[in-house]
Amino acid sequence: MEPVLQCKNLNIAYNGHTVVKDVSFDVMPGEYLCIVGENGSGKSSLVKGLLNLVPVRSGSVSFAEGVSGGIGYLPQQSPIQRDFPASVEEVVLLGCIKNTGFRPFFSKSEKKTAEENMKQLHIFDIRKKSYRELSGGQQQRVLLARALCSADRMLLLDEPVTGLDPIVSSELYSVIHKLNHERNLTVVMVSHDIASATANADKILHLDEKVEFFGTADEYLDSNLGKRFAKGV
Amino acid sequence: MDFSAFFEYLSMMVTYDFAKKALIVGSLTALCSALLGVSLVLKRYSMIGDGLSHVGFGALCVASVLNLAPLKVAVPVVIVAAFFLLKLSENSKIKGDAAIAMISGTAVAAGLVITSFVDGLSSDVSGYMFGSILSIDDSDVPLSVILSVVVILLYVLFYNRIFSVTFDESFSKAAGIKVDLYNALIALLTAVTIVIGMKLMGTVLISGLIIFPPLSAMRVCKSFKSVTAVSAVISVICFVVGIFLSFVFDTPAGATVVLVNAVTFAVFFAAGKLKKA
Ligand SMILES: Nc1ncnc2c1ncn2[C@@H]1O[C@H](COP(=O)(O)OP(=O)(O)O)[C@@H](O)[C@H]1O
Ligand SMILES: [Mg+2]
Repeated sequence: MEPVLQCKNLNIAYNGHTVVKDVSFDVMPGEYLCIVGENGSGKSSLVKGLLNLVPVRSGSVSFAEGVSGGIGYLPQQSPIQRDFPASVEEVVLLGCIKNTGFRPFFSKSEKKTAEENMKQLHIFDIRKKSYRELSGGQQQRVLLARALCSADRMLLLDEPVTGLDPIVSSELYSVIHKLNHERNLTVVMVSHDIASATANADKILHLDEKVEFFGTADEYLDSNLGKRFAKGV
Repeated sequence: MDFSAFFEYLSMMVTYDFAKKALIVGSLTALCSALLGVSLVLKRYSMIGDGLSHVGFGALCVASVLNLAPLKVAVPVVIVAAFFLLKLSENSKIKGDAAIAMISGTAVAAGLVITSFVDGLSSDVSGYMFGSILSIDDSDVPLSVILSVVVILLYVLFYNRIFSVTFDESFSKAAGIKVDLYNALIALLTAVTIVIGMKLMGTVLISGLIIFPPLSAMRVCKSFKSVTAVSAVISVICFVVGIFLSFVFDTPAGATVVLVNAVTFAVFFAAGKLKKA
């Protein structure tokens, strides 16, 4: 089988300061990869580098054919968003925007896609509610639904559970697990929560500027680094 | 005062040519600034509007001194300034604020010094600073109308993209939207709107027209679409009411419009609190 994503010797720097150094890994179709590491270790930058959102200094990122158009991205939430006046429905529909071209309005089928994804994530009943009135967990579901609207191959999730209480975050983990299995979506997810990451993901990438560990979740738990991290953080 | 008296007074007002021109140009400006204001406020770019009006002041002063058509000088200058200020705010938020304040101060200072060399410009200068309902001349009306229509059309055409970029730049970029282009579009449309409204509203008051209506709308509206629509409606109503009151009580037009906006904000603020409670 061909990997869906191949990242080779990737280097990312801001103003000459390297934050991602010589990172290489592959992701196979349908695989679930968690990227872990401390704050500031370059996780978000790596994800942005994969999406070509930040300039890559050297190295390469290549997707299997047809994948790059079917990636759903859930960026790390910005403070601006938390009190943003937009309805759930409106935000989810934005996930369809890449297909609209120069058409100023959303089509029937795009609205249908948004509706299906809202139903799957159990936010259809609150679709008229304002995003800023939602709890943290509901907000992440909305952003996940938006990502799903543009994802038929892969989800790239940057800390979707950070700041959520344990119950809500385990619900979100099981939603992502389900999407991974039922829709056969490849998942690449940044997480802080080692226990849930190792319980859910097939592979772990531990980042601290460079790759400290890359392998299966079980191998990670057996490694010294994994043991230290699982206990300490 | 009841409504029929209001409309009677209003219809009498528009028989005055200057008031008619001010109402046309002003309502269009109020509409454009309210639309753009939503994005500027949500993106924390309010300072850009403020900075641009000050640069506009400098440009209008230069136009006066050189005896050139004010809009023809101010439009290009403010557009260039808009791109510049946008870059400053994007790069680093905190230093960006200070830089914008510096540019504002310099532009106003330059305008005041330049006009002081020429006699008879002091009324122009105070008009640019505080706005004047008498300042709209015939050549301003068609140009303002065309520019406003362009602003509104572009806004409607790119509404979803502007919404997406306002809500989440990273996601929009990943979805293939040219975020920088739409940020530039917002800055460009803002620049044009500010210049159109400046002679009427004045340098120090025009940013009130950008900030107040969206903030009022956000107090009570739940969706982006309703915030945008309500902001536009509030803005036009406040403008017409403000001009009307300034006419009745012989108060300065721009200042009265901003005060009406401020009162409206207070009302919406209270309404928002009541709704939540
Ligand atoms: N746009 C940027 N410009 C400059 N430095 C940045 C930028 N984004 C992130 N950094 C820096 O890069 C490093 C890695 O950040 P990030 O990728 O966000 O880490 P993580 O997501 O693991 O917390 C940090 O030191 C951060 O300050
Ligand atoms: Mg991060």
